[in-house]
Amino acid sequence: MTRLSVRKTYKLWIGGAFVRSESGRYDHALGRDGAHVANLPRASRKDVRDAVAAARKAFGPWAARTAYNRGQILYRAAEALESRAAELAARSVSRDEVDAAIDVLLHYAGWTDKIHPVLGGVNPVAAPFLSFSVPEPTGIVGVVAPDEPELLGLIAEVAPALAAGNVVVAILSEKWPLGGLDLGEVLGVSDVPGGVVNLLSGRRGELAQALGAHRDLNAILDAAGDAELSAELDRLGAETIKRVRHGRPAATYDEAVADSLSRLEAVTELKTAWHPVGA
Amino acid sequence: MSVRTSIVWDYAPAPEATDHVRLRDSYGLFVGGEFRDPVDGRREPTINPATEEPLAEVAWAGPKDLEAAIEAARAAQPAWAALPGRERAKYLFRVARLIQERARELAVVESLDGGKPLRESRDVDIPLAAAHFFHYAGWADKLRYGVAGREVEPMGVVGQIVPWNFPLLMAAWKLAPALACGNAAILKPAETTPLTALLLAEICQEAELPAGVVAIVPGDGATGATLVRAPGIDKIAFTGSTGVGRDIQTALAGRDVGLTLELGGKSANIVFEDAALDQAVEGIVNGIFFNQGHVCCAGSRLLIQESVADQVVAKLWRRMGNLRVGDPLDKNTDVGAINSAEQLARIEALVAAGEEEGAVRRTVACDVPERGYWFAPTLFTDVSPAHRIAVEEIFGPVVSVLTFRTQAEAIEKANNSRYGLAAGIWTDKGAKAFEVAAALQAGVVWQNTYNHFDPTAAFGGYKESGFGREGGPAGLRPYLREKGA
Repeated sequence: MTRLSVRKTYKLWIGGAFVRSESGRYDHALGRDGAHVANLPRASRKDVRDAVAAARKAFGPWAARTAYNRGQILYRAAEALESRAAELAARSVSRDEVDAAIDVLLHYAGWTDKIHPVLGGVNPVAAPFLSFSVPEPTGIVGVVAPDEPELLGLIAEVAPALAAGNVVVAILSEKWPLGGLDLGEVLGVSDVPGGVVNLLSGRRGELAQALGAHRDLNAILDAAGDAELSAELDRLGAETIKRVRHGRPAATYDEAVADSLSRLEAVTELKTAWHPVGA
Repeated sequence: MSVRTSIVWDYAPAPEATDHVRLRDSYGLFVGGEFRDPVDGRREPTINPATEEPLAEVAWAGPKDLEAAIEAARAAQPAWAALPGRERAKYLFRVARLIQERARELAVVESLDGGKPLRESRDVDIPLAAAHFFHYAGWADKLRYGVAGREVEPMGVVGQIVPWNFPLLMAAWKLAPALACGNAAILKPAETTPLTALLLAEICQEAELPAGVVAIVPGDGATGATLVRAPGIDKIAFTGSTGVGRDIQTALAGRDVGLTLELGGKSANIVFEDAALDQAVEGIVNGIFFNQGHVCCAGSRLLIQESVADQVVAKLWRRMGNLRVGDPLDKNTDVGAINSAEQLARIEALVAAGEEEGAVRRTVACDVPERGYWFAPTLFTDVSPAHRIAVEEIFGPVVSVLTFRTQAEAIEKANNSRYGLAAGIWTDKGAKAFEVAAALQAGVVWQNTYNHFDPTAAFGGYKESGFGREGGPAGLRPYLREKGA
């Protein structure tokens, strides 16, 4: 007797919980051969708002962790992804892409405690003051992931944001969302606290619009490669002076790390503190 | 009316279990990725300084053994340096993880072999060692961000000599940046504390580090002196006494060999009258009695502002009476065993000199075990700046108290030393703390804290406390040479 397999129900990942869309809507996920693979939730504008609220709650504690601890957690996430690599490669993403994604996570795990010496420093001001500038995370970062590569292109945006101490609400590849949803399950069993990463599948145009317009979002990393959407995100971002960065999808490991410092800087504030020296 | 009688509250013994520790009877030299019998070296026991019982037998490297280690390192180094940084990073991340996994075992062995309280090896030495590997793993593929725009390459094969006070932690401080930068390393642990370095060799094997990239060659000063002079070494990193550091610098004169030295100290811990005094007393205790005072940056010269000197000394003396001296494996122990008979003799000689020169000695009365090497926490008052106990490094649980009246006098007295490793400042006035910090000739200045270490924070000395820094991006530089220079 052949055993009947137990199929997986794909869900959104919001606030550390795997949930269906509050809207009850769904989409078909297709395999590379065009055949139907699974149903998956089509997130709504309300799901975007829930994700932003969850992210805001998670931001304080995540940013307050030591850089060392955040590095350990990202490293643990890389370990978890490595342990699921074969499974992801069998389903949706090529093994090379998974391997590159793991290495990108590792690269940014190593950045958490190096952002300060590279971007910050002591200012030799011409007065008796100790003046120093310290990088701090921007806050909630919205990620608009490219269609391809679905996993590497997503991690190349999410990893630097997390390394710098931000939390993320990401809109996954509309065309190939399964790799991104799988990533949620990987992060869910690593030490990444709930709400630090939130993953939404659905129609990019609808969700990116809602995300870009959200007043509690601090930055947008747009890697979708859609010029019209980019302009729209710029306009929406202007309303609350969001930091907006547009980039090409990272197709290789090198593309995801060659400009790592710029990726970190895009989601970093610099705080300058002054302290008197002497009387 | 009831009469209240005093009750003696004592701690029950709380010994750490040792049954999870797997020590071999005998350790070879770790050369070319495997444990080897020494060719012209010999085997020596390493003992537990708290019991004087032997723990294991350890091979000491002779000149031919060092030659073999250098040859293996030279063979392995080009391929190691040619690996992409991210692959070197993965090896170092593995080492960091393995140290974390074996943390409890390493902590117990560190306390057994070196005499330090388990609380310190468990909470400070071992976690920091793992953190150093983790930090420098992250640098391996980011070197260009750590060298201020310079074109750099690895030094090649580096010789590293570490002391007995933080055996595994010092090994981590040395190996992690060297390997991240693409060097092969030959590490000589101290003669009295080789065991955790040898466990680290096992960890290198578990991590599948390419053979030859790391060699662990125990031995005494003679082994170190041979390593320093050996051909095929591109850089020496040494942590230890200023005397030996001077010998090494002399030996390398006229040779194109890189050198960094982290040497002795006689660090001033300055307490101003506006400090939070109870907090300061805790800091003084941590500054001088941490690790039995076997700390190069120990706050061994306590400078107290005259107006609060009697008060601080009284509080300190009361606090010293609560220190628990004894079994390093007891989780309640504050002050463990002195590392060796030789070190105990050195401490006793300097303390005797302090008394002879007229300083007033107070030593805590406490029971210590019959066997082993012990020295109870000791405080000297009426110390003049010219006394030997105010000038020379004692490297034991002995604090010398001097006083000052003004800030300028505090700075002058603090800087009146051939050393310049560290200093402490206790005051509630931030502006004063930063002004004093700027005036101190010391590589590390702690404000309202003491003896804090972190892989991201540079550590090293001014003046005769040595040169070069370990920790953070500054710690990369000694292991890299500028191309074309």
